[in-house]
Amino acid sequence: MTDNLKQKLGFGILRLSTWLILFILFIILYDIISKGIGVISWEFLTTAPRSGMTEGGIWPAVIGTVLVTMITALFAVPIGVFAAIYLNEYASQGKLTRTIRMAIRNLAGVPSIVYGLFGLALFVKNLGLGTSVLSAGLTLGLLTLPVTITASEEALKSVPNSYRHGSLALGVSKWHTIRHNVLPNAIPGILTGAILGLSRAAGETAPILFTGAAFFLPRIPDSLGSQFMALPYHLYILSTQHHSIGVVRPIAYGTAFVLIVLVLILNLVAIFIRYRFRKNLSK
Amino acid sequence: MTDLRLEQEEIEISKKDKLTKYKEKGLKIFFLLNGILAIIVLAGIFYLLLSEGLPTFEEVSIREFFTSFRWNPTSRNPGYGILSLVISTLAVTIGALLFSVPVGIAAAAYLAEVARPKEREILKPVIEILASIPSVVIGFLGIVLLGPIIARTFGLSNGLNVINGSILLGVMALPTIISISEDAISAVPKEYKEASLALGTNRWHTLVKVTIPAALSGITAAIMLGMGRAIGETMAVLMATGNAPAVPRSIFSSIRTMTATIAIELGEVPFNTTHYHSLFAIGAVLFVMTFLVNLVSDLVLHKYGEGE
Amino acid sequence: MLQNSKEKIVIKDLNFFYNDFQALKNIDLKVPAEKITALIGPSGCGKSTFLRTLNRMNDLIDCTKVKGEVLIDGHNIYQKGLDVVELRKQIGMVFQDPNPFPKSIYDNVAYGPKAHGIKNKEVLDQIVEDSLKAAALWDEVKDRLDKSAMDISGGQQQRLCIARALAVNPDILLMDEPTSALDPIATAKIEELIKDLKEDYTIVIVTHSMQQAARVSDYTAFFLLGEVIEHGPTEKIFERPADERTEDYITGRFG
Repeated sequence: MTDNLKQKLGFGILRLSTWLILFILFIILYDIISKGIGVISWEFLTTAPRSGMTEGGIWPAVIGTVLVTMITALFAVPIGVFAAIYLNEYASQGKLTRTIRMAIRNLAGVPSIVYGLFGLALFVKNLGLGTSVLSAGLTLGLLTLPVTITASEEALKSVPNSYRHGSLALGVSKWHTIRHNVLPNAIPGILTGAILGLSRAAGETAPILFTGAAFFLPRIPDSLGSQFMALPYHLYILSTQHHSIGVVRPIAYGTAFVLIVLVLILNLVAIFIRYRFRKNLSK
Repeated sequence: MTDLRLEQEEIEISKKDKLTKYKEKGLKIFFLLNGILAIIVLAGIFYLLLSEGLPTFEEVSIREFFTSFRWNPTSRNPGYGILSLVISTLAVTIGALLFSVPVGIAAAAYLAEVARPKEREILKPVIEILASIPSVVIGFLGIVLLGPIIARTFGLSNGLNVINGSILLGVMALPTIISISEDAISAVPKEYKEASLALGTNRWHTLVKVTIPAALSGITAAIMLGMGRAIGETMAVLMATGNAPAVPRSIFSSIRTMTATIAIELGEVPFNTTHYHSLFAIGAVLFVMTFLVNLVSDLVLHKYGEGE
Repeated sequence: MLQNSKEKIVIKDLNFFYNDFQALKNIDLKVPAEKITALIGPSGCGKSTFLRTLNRMNDLIDCTKVKGEVLIDGHNIYQKGLDVVELRKQIGMVFQDPNPFPKSIYDNVAYGPKAHGIKNKEVLDQIVEDSLKAAALWDEVKDRLDKSAMDISGGQQQRLCIARALAVNPDILLMDEPTSALDPIATAKIEELIKDLKEDYTIVIVTHSMQQAARVSDYTAFFLLGEVIEHGPTEKIFERPADERTEDYITGRFG
């Protein structure tokens, strides 16, 4: 075999592998969208499940997911940004900084079900928050934290040092420099990372299994202390735990469709912000 | 200029100097606390897993827990052996890697070395979309799409088994493996490649003999991280592997992983029973396993770049 | 040698270390007030590092150490408890590459005064105008003060950075190779400006161009391997250098 033929064959295999991944993604999206879109109606989106979840819609699950994701955002985004400010603007190289970074990388690898266990033991049991929107939101917040910290730090890192030095050399204090000359330029990057992290949190099931998600609760939660339905958990229930799985299959597809669309929209928004941001930076 | 100076001297600048100094110090401490939270959470997770998990061993011997195959906490003669769960977890993890490692590295090499820049700019976000698909949706497709295909192909009564779970986990590990491998391959200095190309070898030869070997530590880290994801993944394996806590006999056996066992049983046990504690003990084992895997990849990735 | 002029900055036995590497060795130097002092020497000789010890910008780098004294108006800026932020208000700095902030021209100049607590719009307007005039940029930008500072030319950006430094009313200006990123015409404009500014400011300028040092400065210090080999009136350094190494450098025999 000539070298040229080898190269053709080799690159062909690489290209084929890439296409295989695109094909898998296509199949996933195609199956959910083609079988789910027919189920979608105004009624499906805006009413509660009825008749043992064999009829009706998913309204409480939509609201539950939105609510719990908001709690996650309120918790994980500020702490993520603050921690990133410390790491990128204040920390000097040393043991403590290295330990913090190592902890963050390891937190990113902790299985989501372990976050569920932690949330159950800490928020539900020890802090007495019970199974609730709050417990689930905080648990998902912890899970999202490594993403928001890392993304915020990347965003801060991309702000040129000359902005900092230029400001400090004017006798402007460090915090004023960060607040007025660094953070504003990092906001798009921070937003991108935060949205990506939240889209992942919104789709998580394992961490909310024992911290607040309800099997069936045909109304929207009336406080942060109540249980809630969530789209991913609802999909899990409909596809494995329901007594007549065949009957509710269309509803399951509809739920999967809504969940996927929600996640895709969040991702597209994030990609769009990042694209705009890159263009602005390169100007 | 003198005008400017006089004018500015007349301006009353708020007397904030002392205050500013305290504010600056306070803010630094505040941000530091947020950073330290990461350490506290990691330590807290480990601490709570242990403190909730260790009471298991008041009733169950450590030996039984780690070496018995019998997991049946709700029987009249309860069994608390996690070995079959651990083996199940390892089985689907290895299955997942068999598929996702070659495909993932090939795709990473394609993105880094073969694809045109325009092509790469489109492909990368598309692969990121794969990473963002919720695991419950992947598990759902394992039930409604992949399961029936496997059942039909191999003439089984149902397709919820090791191979189904492996494929799903492989798909979920792919984005991690691709993105980190691609970073590693792209980071190989241009001089290496140019030196090889200048010797008259072609791009394929350079890729296989120079670039990939040079990126090997990064690729190893990518595989480890993918493995960590596969070990810890819950929903997909819970839904698509048949939910049978037994040692797999073949790739068509139904199984139940450690994560799936926790997910299924914890919702239904009363607090502070042995069963409850034992699920935390499984969580602790899981935590240690993924921690070690991540630590290895961390050491490989950050061996030289301590300064970042 | 410098007895006739008032000394603004006096450096006494200054040593500076990056980790174990000693970047500055036993520097003794006197910088006269309202004159231009040029620091010359081959790259890596420590002249930029030295410049940054004068407003303590080197504090921003980890693992550095300073020994010795820098007296500004008689006060040691390395004494314990000194407020670095206050110090830097007194000392403007212009960097090698123009580094305007991604804000409007107006906001770039007003940034410092605003940060220091000036809120009155009329006062700010006046400061912006005076600073831009002093930096010889006013006529070129007065009609587009709200335009982004990123969109003006490199030479204009550098004058904007000078205006930005002047706006906080310092009495010393440090310039780190301020024209190295500029074309000859923009360079000539900046040099003109620097000469005008010395009436009101004590200026220390690092330059890699001996011609520039000869053209603009009153005094020159020659750095080599972290040491001051020779310093004195520019004329004397260039025409009758006392040290052989200075002569070698000036006549282009090395570096």
